[in-house]
Amino acid sequence: MSVQLAMPNCWRMESKPHKFCPGCGHGIVLKALGQAIDELGIQDRAVFGCDIGCSLLAWDFFNIDTIQTHHGRTNPVITGIKRANPNVIGVAYMGDGGGYAIGSQHLVNAAARNENITAIVVNNTQYGMTGGQMAPTTLPGQKTETSPYGRDVAKTGNPTLGPEMVSAITPDGAYVARGTVSNVKQLTKFIKNALENQMNGNGFSFVEALSTCPTNWRTNATDTWKFLEKEMSQYFTVGELKAPGSQNEEGQANG
Amino acid sequence: MAEKVIQEEKRVFMTGNEVVAWGALAANAEIMYGYPITPQNEIMHYWTRLAPKNEREFLQTEDELSAGFTTNGGVMAGRRAFTATAGPGNTLMQEPISMAEAMRLPTVTIVQQRGGPSTATVIYSQQEVTLTTLGGNGEGLRVVYSTATHQELFDYTIKAFNTAWKYRFPTFVLADGYQAKMRESLVMYDPASKGIEMFPTEPFVGKEGTPGVDREPGHFRNTYNVEEELYDVLQEHFADYNKMTPEVAEYKEIGSKESKVVVIAHGVVARGAKAAVEDLRAEGFNVGFFRPVTLRPLAVPELREVANNADKILVVESANGQMDRLLKEAIYGCSAEMLSLFKPGVGITAEEIEARVREIV
Ligand code: SF4
Repeated sequence: MSVQLAMPNCWRMESKPHKFCPGCGHGIVLKALGQAIDELGIQDRAVFGCDIGCSLLAWDFFNIDTIQTHHGRTNPVITGIKRANPNVIGVAYMGDGGGYAIGSQHLVNAAARNENITAIVVNNTQYGMTGGQMAPTTLPGQKTETSPYGRDVAKTGNPTLGPEMVSAITPDGAYVARGTVSNVKQLTKFIKNALENQMNGNGFSFVEALSTCPTNWRTNATDTWKFLEKEMSQYFTVGELKAPGSQNEEGQANG
Repeated sequence: MAEKVIQEEKRVFMTGNEVVAWGALAANAEIMYGYPITPQNEIMHYWTRLAPKNEREFLQTEDELSAGFTTNGGVMAGRRAFTATAGPGNTLMQEPISMAEAMRLPTVTIVQQRGGPSTATVIYSQQEVTLTTLGGNGEGLRVVYSTATHQELFDYTIKAFNTAWKYRFPTFVLADGYQAKMRESLVMYDPASKGIEMFPTEPFVGKEGTPGVDREPGHFRNTYNVEEELYDVLQEHFADYNKMTPEVAEYKEIGSKESKVVVIAHGVVARGAKAAVEDLRAEGFNVGFFRPVTLRPLAVPELREVANNADKILVVESANGQMDRLLKEAIYGCSAEMLSLFKPGVGITAEEIEARVREIV
């Protein structure tokens, strides 16, 4: 019972326990999202789109209308829905591969158009579902299945800084933040700000969530947390990058 | 929805792309998502001029992947949504169409074929038949209308929305650069005035009520955990498709079931083929004409009857046998000998067809 009480209202009991690996950060991001949706009272208006990769495991996660799309294509699907029915609160949920590699043109153009949707990118520095390949977000020197000797930035470039990029190409009105599953309260606030920004019709709202993948990192609980808090947070700065009006102050106070 | 776009029948003289825009408007299409590629651009040009005056929407996307996936989103929001493309754009469009196929999304896509492979030529071809009928990593669960005249471009653009929403398979109007760019006269009308009722649309997501409280949530996916689950879903789709087939398969013909030589062609090439056959018949030749209007699904029983009665079938197309392969599958085991006149990416005149028929009768 106490476990159930901790769940956001909009979570779907029938699909719990969820399908993510133990220690996976996805469940925490989706908890933050669920809480934000509850607090804003938009369960009836929200449409949740999930990508390919581990994010697709969320296709029956919520008592919310949900569409599981293709790899990288969640932004255009949610854009299409929002354009056709502006009353919907559209959430595009994807991993770092979907957001920054295969779907990067969609992210860039949705951001540049200031598309009035909310995009959430879960950054766990590699491709989870396909077995731990290098992603745009893999840290310099980090070992993955396709960078077995560590990511060589001379050959593969530096890790993508998603929020920094989105922040640079969006006009005023957009909301951009990077949270982490190690600070759920702040992450929930960022996601809530992002959704509110959409509800206010301000334009594109974007949250990257630093997340964990113990399965492919091959880490125990201690090392998982260490990698997230020490290595990832060092490269990827947590906080709000762009927020219209008063949300800015609130968010900064929170961050 | 706005006032009726076309109050009363009117004869007009316009390009095929303009016809498509008007057809979509008359069909109460609500939103177009598109990306520029020749020769379909003017569909967007006309739509963007007509849309604001008629309370319709348009979004120019970053590529055809996005045009297709936003169209998927548009129909899931419950709107008559469509897109248009050609050539390499059609290649990209196959990814969103495969999602539409998997999830039974009633998208409408206009394809104005151009030459291929690759960038090739921008005006005319019939080389997108394989892609449009069977593209994507799927089983070709779509409806493809191949038009031959501007009147048909108007008629079938309207019909495509009804077929898509009634049967929930992605639906195509397959034309070409000649039809797109050429001017021709036709009669535009309000569908209701011809007794055509627009099949009602329905949202997949964003319905009334709170999911999990007032109603079940809509959970739409195209991924399955186990082989059997996918197999069962596909069996249902196949059954629906087979049930639909006799209701949507269309063809036109002249004496095809009692002639010894039958010319089969589709799209604009069928115009030349028909003219050739009419000429030859006037001269007393025992020649028939068959034109599949739906390339997918084909009118298989009728084609088999033709192929069992005729001695020879001459397949004529501006491709290297793309329709021919579909026909051979449909008439497998029938007795007629299959002959061909293939000119990939090039127009074919009635005279050429007539000359070829004279060689084989
Ligand atoms: S593979 Fe990694 S990202 Fe995917 S569910 Fe498991 S822990 Fe989470």
